[in-house]
Amino acid sequence: MSSIGTGYDLSASQFSPDGRVFQVEYAAKAVENSGTVIGLRGKDGVVFAVEKLVTSKLYEPGANKRIFHVDEHVGMAVAGLISDARQIVETARSEASSYRSQYGAPVPLKYLNERVSMYMHAYTLYSAVRPYGCSVIMGTWSDYEGPQMFMLEPSGVSFSYFGCAVGKAKQAAKTEIEKLKLADMTVKDLVKEAARIIYIVHDELKDKQFELELSWVSKDTKGRHELVPKELAAEVENQAKQALADIEDSDEGDM
Amino acid sequence: MAASVVDTYADPTMSWMNAPHSTGTSIMACEYDGGVVIGADSRTTTGAYIANRVTDKLTRITDHIYCCRSGSAADTQAIADIVTYHLNFHKMELGEEPLVQTAAAIFRELCYNYRDSLVAGILVAGWDKKKGGQIYSVPIGGMVQRQAVSIGGSGSTYVYGYVDANFKPNMTKEEAMKFVTNTLTLAMLRDGSSGGVVRLGVISEAGVERSVILGDQLPKFYEG
Repeated sequence: MSSIGTGYDLSASQFSPDGRVFQVEYAAKAVENSGTVIGLRGKDGVVFAVEKLVTSKLYEPGANKRIFHVDEHVGMAVAGLISDARQIVETARSEASSYRSQYGAPVPLKYLNERVSMYMHAYTLYSAVRPYGCSVIMGTWSDYEGPQMFMLEPSGVSFSYFGCAVGKAKQAAKTEIEKLKLADMTVKDLVKEAARIIYIVHDELKDKQFELELSWVSKDTKGRHELVPKELAAEVENQAKQALADIEDSDEGDM
Repeated sequence: MAASVVDTYADPTMSWMNAPHSTGTSIMACEYDGGVVIGADSRTTTGAYIANRVTDKLTRITDHIYCCRSGSAADTQAIADIVTYHLNFHKMELGEEPLVQTAAAIFRELCYNYRDSLVAGILVAGWDKKKGGQIYSVPIGGMVQRQAVSIGGSGSTYVYGYVDANFKPNMTKEEAMKFVTNTLTLAMLRDGSSGGVVRLGVISEAGVERSVILGDQLPKFYEG
């Protein structure tokens, strides 16, 4: 960012001479400082996993959650500034609920994604506001459309993904996700992989404490977005810790 | 003035002069294994006068959603036009065919909000990829109810027993068409405000097939 301090970064409504909008890029930077969030789309559903960094021992366990229900059938995992993200969750919720009351059916994710994306994009256009400092992943599963997942960025851009990662260790997480055969895997397999990936990419030197958040929406949950049941979450978390320990052991062996 | 003496003798208030057009009607919709069959008689009356004997009461909403109209012709046409507008817009936003339940929800919203000024009993029927063939009944007052088979209009009161006795789930298209034709014919025979021809529509994944059964080709039943 050589152009920092040249005055073109003060407003979201002004381009820099080389065609960039710095406010949007800074928002993206805010997301890169966040704990890693991944979304995996398998053959029968979508799994979310969040590395929720705990910045103080004084927080109660489970405080500042980063996975939300938008509607019965839609889940949202968020990265970036939590307060910004909560506003996006609210927007998505009211969008989903007004769709239901107007059209008597659950909102299609494609449609919800378009609405929320436009909302986020609107905040990249005016000098009086700043862009949202968060990225969100939305997922759903339905009998007739199968699994669907979208990731939205602060710029208002969004894409549909098989697997996506955002936050601190998104590069490492994406490398791990690319090794998976997502289209052949069930959510039961994916929840293990998701937990393992979060543990692998976690940097315990820089961020000591974190909580693993896991949720899914799948055929097994009858298309409802739910947190992964406590027992199963504990089991996959232990497997993830074990997998990480095995890797560390073998690394020491090499030396 | 001789004619007016005769007329006023029959109807001293001359009510046909200002009575609203209404589709005193027999309408029906029935699920079958690949979609729905819809049907209606073709009589529109203005009091006792038959204003139209070949009316089309099966009205297109989208390529895969139709409605059967009963009650006031003006009210139901207006509602159908408004729903068509909403669903066209919705289809553009969505980029795919709207759901039948969505059409029913919009009909319900209008029929409920304006329940004090409308006379409309509508059957919403169609096919979508989520739930296949579906029928939603939206009677006067603005309720919605999904039904596997549904009848409506003044003629329907005569044939509830026939429908209950003869409806089977998962009929073939031919069986369902025959069933709808028989039911409507029986309703038209008993109900003075129904009659004319039987109009049919078959809605499936492929779209709509329309047909007409003329008065002399209707099935024969006991007429006393």
